[in-house]
Amino acid sequence: MPTGVPIEFEGVTKRFGTVDAVSDLTATVLPGRVTGFLGPNGAGKTTTLRMLLGLVTPTRGRATIGGSVYRDLDRPFATVGAALEAASFHPGRSAREHLRVLALGSRIDPARVDVVLEAVGLTQYSRRRVAGYSLGMRQRLGLAAALLGDPGVLVLDEPINGLDPEGIKWIRSFLRSLADEGRTVLVSSHLLTEVEQTVDEVLIVAKGRLVHSGSLASLEATAAPRVLTDAPNRPALLGVLRAEGLPAEEGPDGILVSGAEPGRIGHAAFAAGVELSLLAPQRQVSGLEDAFLTLVGEEGAL
Amino acid sequence: MTAFAAATRAELAKILSTRMWWVLLIVLVAYVGLLAAGIAFGLGALGTSGGNEGPPGTVAGLPLALVAPVVFALATSVGYPLPALLGSLSVTSEFRHKTLTPTFLATPRRGGVLAAKWLVLLVLGALFGAAALVATVGLGAAGLSAFGLDPQLGESDTWALIGRAVLAMALWGVVGVGLGVLVPSQVGSIVIILAFTQFVEPILRTAAGFVDWAGEVGRFLPGAASDALVGASIYTAISAGTASQLEWWQGGIVLLGYAVLFTVIGALTTWRSDVT
Repeated sequence: MPTGVPIEFEGVTKRFGTVDAVSDLTATVLPGRVTGFLGPNGAGKTTTLRMLLGLVTPTRGRATIGGSVYRDLDRPFATVGAALEAASFHPGRSAREHLRVLALGSRIDPARVDVVLEAVGLTQYSRRRVAGYSLGMRQRLGLAAALLGDPGVLVLDEPINGLDPEGIKWIRSFLRSLADEGRTVLVSSHLLTEVEQTVDEVLIVAKGRLVHSGSLASLEATAAPRVLTDAPNRPALLGVLRAEGLPAEEGPDGILVSGAEPGRIGHAAFAAGVELSLLAPQRQVSGLEDAFLTLVGEEGAL
Repeated sequence: MTAFAAATRAELAKILSTRMWWVLLIVLVAYVGLLAAGIAFGLGALGTSGGNEGPPGTVAGLPLALVAPVVFALATSVGYPLPALLGSLSVTSEFRHKTLTPTFLATPRRGGVLAAKWLVLLVLGALFGAAALVATVGLGAAGLSAFGLDPQLGESDTWALIGRAVLAMALWGVVGVGLGVLVPSQVGSIVIILAFTQFVEPILRTAAGFVDWAGEVGRFLPGAASDALVGASIYTAISAGTASQLEWWQGGIVLLGYAVLFTVIGALTTWRSDVT
């Protein structure tokens, strides 16, 4: 059984022209867990993974797998398996040929090709040219390529994108079993809801910066409290909240205030002599989702 | 197995697992074969009919001793764009279909991938050359013999020419690799190869027959260098030796030089850049 090794990002920075796609990202991804690498589209996730895999040269810093940079790995596929994007296949080549080319190049026993095709459920389509594949089948082929060398570390960029509900269920249990075997599993996604049932740890990036790292539970704890309040004199209450610098949102049931406990709002209203008719802390429908959106900012809602 | 041997096997499997190689091979063999048959029959018919107006010992102004070499060398003088296309496609298709990602994941030392492409294209270029020569020598010799012209297949010079033609086609394969890595746009590379070989160079070489300075430059053009390496060409036959030519070994070195120059510039630029 292959054992996982940690992935380490040490101050990784990538500058494209005048824009920092990734800024000073430092994080460790441990074996035996599924780590979600989350952030909105354009947050720098793919660039970070490509730096880890030696495809993009970091401007500063370095990313290592078990202490080695990717290009120094002797048989990289035996250490790290990666599935980056669903389009990286020559349309005229069959799935089997694609995997055979990779096995030859990376010195993996070509007998593994049939094993991984079976593992991702592509055996019956394996002689068909990739041009005729659906997005879901391409995702499975990408995953098959990642598994080719039976690696201890798996790096998967948006692997759930394009899968049907059955495929999503399948990949969740698959990732879980890989981590339970002691492998390091790093999965990127722009949707927290897509992976929250699967991941143990999260790394959250926004605008190229790491904004949170830790367990999934730690993310919930960062969720900003929200309070629903109202007053007979609404404009006066809105004025108080504005003076306090609290973001307030007027709705049909009252004013939704985020970032403050009920006590603070009540005190501010009392001090200003504004009568309250409602002051109720809101139970978060998804504390995780809110925390995530708060961390990544507006564009996370896309 | 070393990483280089592994990369070489992968590169060979890559080319053989898509349709492009045999499409190009069929085009090459059909094109040069038909031309060789046609020209051999044409010259043969001229030589035996009363229409031959040249001095004795010539056919259509071409010395009899040159007829067979010129016909056989159609494999290279006309067919050389095909191995170049195969070579350039082996690189540009990786950019176009984004397969550089899996390629560099399997072989992170990128120079090794490029070296493997060189080796594979030298071999496939030579095989393309061998197939093209089977066509031109087979059909050409049949055509010449039918009109009583000597195909010179017993002469060691003929076989030396055939050997140099195979070498030229191998070199065109790696010129293509170099061009592909220098100009990674697939359309761009194809247009450059076709425009240069079918249009620009023929015009320059024709001009070289009349203008001295153009002749000096012209013989260093890749097609001219290739023809010099092979030792016979329909183009030099047409310009009747007025344009000066390189020695055969100089032609080989110039052609190799183009391949190395393109590849090194490409390796330092496009090949090294980020794969996003």
